[in-house]
Amino acid sequence: MAEVSLRRIVKAYEGDVQAVKGINLEIADHEFVVLVGPSGCGKSTTLRMIAGLEEITAGDIAIGGTVVNDIPPRDRDIAMVFQNYALYPHMSVYDNMAFGLTLRKFPKAEIDKRVKEAARILDITPLLERKPKALSGGQRQRVAMGRAIVRDPKVFLFDEPLSNLDAKLRVQMRTEIKKVHQTVNTTTIYVTHDQVEAMTLADRVVVMNHGIIEQVGPPQELYHNPATKFVAGFIGSPAMNFIPARLEETSGALRLMLPDGATLNVPEARVARYRSHAGKPVLFGIRPEHLTDDKPTDKTNPAPLTLTPEVIEPMGMETLAHFRIDGAEVSARLDPATPAAVGQPLRLIAHMDQMHIIDPTNDKVL
Amino acid sequence: MSATTASRDVPGIYHKAGSLRSERRWAMWWAYVSLIVAAIIFLAPPFYMLLTSFKTNAEIADHSLNPWWIRAPTIEHYAAILSNPIFIRFFINSVIVTGCVVVLTMVISVLAAFALARMRFWGSQVLATGVFLTYLVPDTLLFIPLYQIVGGLGLLNSIWGLVLVYPTLTVPFCTWIMIGYFASIPKELDEAALIDGANWMQMLMKIFVPVAMPGIIAATIFAFTVSWAAFVYPTAFVTTAEQMPLTIGVVSQLVRGDTFAWGQIMAGALMAALPPVIIYAFLMDYYIAGLTAGATKG
Ligand SMILES: Nc1ncnc2c1ncn2[C@@H]1O[C@H](COP(=O)(O)OP(=O)(O)O)[C@@H](O)[C@H]1O
Ligand SMILES: [Mg+2]
Repeated sequence: MAEVSLRRIVKAYEGDVQAVKGINLEIADHEFVVLVGPSGCGKSTTLRMIAGLEEITAGDIAIGGTVVNDIPPRDRDIAMVFQNYALYPHMSVYDNMAFGLTLRKFPKAEIDKRVKEAARILDITPLLERKPKALSGGQRQRVAMGRAIVRDPKVFLFDEPLSNLDAKLRVQMRTEIKKVHQTVNTTTIYVTHDQVEAMTLADRVVVMNHGIIEQVGPPQELYHNPATKFVAGFIGSPAMNFIPARLEETSGALRLMLPDGATLNVPEARVARYRSHAGKPVLFGIRPEHLTDDKPTDKTNPAPLTLTPEVIEPMGMETLAHFRIDGAEVSARLDPATPAAVGQPLRLIAHMDQMHIIDPTNDKVL
Repeated sequence: MSATTASRDVPGIYHKAGSLRSERRWAMWWAYVSLIVAAIIFLAPPFYMLLTSFKTNAEIADHSLNPWWIRAPTIEHYAAILSNPIFIRFFINSVIVTGCVVVLTMVISVLAAFALARMRFWGSQVLATGVFLTYLVPDTLLFIPLYQIVGGLGLLNSIWGLVLVYPTLTVPFCTWIMIGYFASIPKELDEAALIDGANWMQMLMKIFVPVAMPGIIAATIFAFTVSWAAFVYPTAFVTTAEQMPLTIGVVSQLVRGDTFAWGQIMAGALMAALPPVIIYAFLMDYYIAGLTAGATKG
């Protein structure tokens, strides 16, 4: 039993700065939840309140059904992995991992068994006698995880554990963390500012911004059904395009009028959803992958858009093209075989079944 | 045309590199010259003491002789001191006082520094600054009020009075050094220890003390040097030979009125200076590492 509940959690630092503004979150047993958001949005603060490293200004935190507000970190049965690893520099890898168990007076044989098992899982058995300074970044990261695993806690807490690694190692360790979670199956709360990390690791992603939770959901749901403009823009790379537009109703059909004069038909299935906004300015949101080049072989193009590329970026498996519509930057993902050139008008197709319409008055996705 | 510009550029580059190299050479030169001058200035007095300690009394008194030369070397001064039980007593007193003071100092300042660096409580910042300010008060100013206190405690004329008083010289500075060291230990390290189940005392003993070992050694050497060489306090607080440490013992026994037993004073002073020299030589690497780390962090 190790579900975690946050109920109306508030954290105020001196000077009335509210870093966390009353968030609610229920995390199920065995779940891997990722808190993601831009720097300074309150992710670490939230995690540190769960760990007991930061006092809670208001609200309740429960771990495994017990409210832990006034329980010190060592009695919360959690383990934490820090961004800078925080390995004890004077201890060997073995002792680093054994430290928590030694303090808890585990029998020597049990400690040895657990450390060796964790070392096996993490593939660091040959490093057990080394000091942290003789390890590479990736190896240190593994030791930090080993220190958490041997404790067999109710909850793992990770605070940007991969930020100090170079890109290649980061991808590798990401897979490693996922594997470890599949092996030990401990409830995990993971903080990152990297949406790719969040999407690839999480059972559920919690998107935070300015101390509040914007949306909680499985990665696919956040991608396909973002609740707010912030989530729509934050999840996905390259980011979603936002183009100011106007919804017009003509004889029961809805059309989007773009500032450059183009018009796009709203799919029939969505008309009822947007009808109340007819005649009002809206934001038209479409991901670059849903704005592709129109191939002559396609039957018909229900939503044609002709734009002139300002920048072309061939990436190998695709080509990114950047345009401008009345000041708004727009990018599209093209087939690399398409002969696109800067300054040459290009016919695109907007996949309107994947688009989003945002109410600019409250930034909610309609 | 392009060939000429190229050939004109090349010597330019070489000239630049050459001037850099010669600048470096000059810097080295000056470094060596000033270090040699400094070494001569600092080493001349002990060297002169060493020479004097091997001269006969007659030779010391004879001003017509070259003072930098020994004509008839003798170890009589060393023999006299080592065979005199009162000097052995001085030495033992110094060892007891210094040993107690070093232990007392390190216990107090490590605990104080840990509290000031890590437990953020009301006024901890002011207190940390205050600790350092007390270090700036000279002992020549403090010994009068301290005389009252030590007297009130009935510890005048006793080595235990000195054990009580020396820490006023050592604790502030050692605390300051240790605050610098502890502050340089990343916060995550104590948080990790806290989550691993350590209480404050375990965190201090198992994480902070071992990680800050160079700082602890530097502070220990400082406390040792200060209490071994203390002069003002024992002069003020101790009057019987039985209770004197080496520093004032040597002077009190060998200066009778205006008769100075120079040979024995020099021999005694040199022997008194030996323990710090041995300890320095032994811990030199740690001490230097300690000083520099303290300098950048404190
Ligand atoms: N000790 C502190 N004192 C005052 N403000 C803080 C403190 N720690 C964090 N903050 C502020 O709280 C906000 C959230 O910080 P944090 O949780 O660290 O963000 P992140 O999402 O990047 O991890 C930031 O605006 C930060 O400046
Ligand atoms: Mg953070």
